Amino acid sequence: MLHTVNKSPFDRSAFASCLATAQADDHILLIEDGVVAVMAGSKFEPAVKNALGKYKIHALGPDLKARGITKVVEGVEVCDYAGFVSLAADHVMCPWL
Amino acid sequence: MVRDRKTKIMFLCRQAPYGTIYAYEGLEVMLIFGAFEEDYTAVFVDDGVLDLKKDKDASGIEMKEFSTTYRVMEDYGIEKVYVDGESMKERGLTPEDFMIPVEVVDRNAIAKAMAEQDIVIPF
Repeated sequence: MLHTVNKSPFDRSAFASCLATAQADDHILLIEDGVVAVMAGSKFEPAVKNALGKYKIHALGPDLKARGITKVVEGVEVCDYAGFVSLAADHVMCPWL
Repeated sequence: MVRDRKTKIMFLCRQAPYGTIYAYEGLEVMLIFGAFEEDYTAVFVDDGVLDLKKDKDASGIEMKEFSTTYRVMEDYGIEKVYVDGESMKERGLTPEDFMIPVEVVDRNAIAKAMAEQDIVIPF
């Protein structure tokens, strides 16, 4: 399963709800304002680190760059649009809007 | 009508850039208001603090890169720029992460400034 989150965890419960629902070995891809969740040093860093033990977490590079987010939590995989497409092609998708 | 003082207007910026249009619209409105020479305060709280983050490059998401325009706010008469310290810290940011000089304040200071306003415009 591929979960996508496009809202900031500071603003909406989408990321928390996704983490509560995702199963071991699922992929979570953060896009748009969702990338705020993986900012290094943020309030959500412990939750992200904890989640990395269970799921694979990806963040869309162009969205990170647009927001000036240069440092992400270690272990988070930064992907490009081609990576997004292959993740989507390989999994059933669940978008958390 | 002759007024004895300038109108006090606060722009309250709470949304992250790009995911919604709020940050961009807020910046445009602030600059338009600048032409009227009233008394302006811009406050960045919650995800709004990300609006001022430096090192942005929006070319990869094919959106207009507007963030560097925050640098002209001072020239447009928006000289009081406050950032909520708690919002900054919980995002792992420091004042050096912002593209313009800001005054880092707490919620009490924001509340106090807010109470002095004639109008608060939210984005």
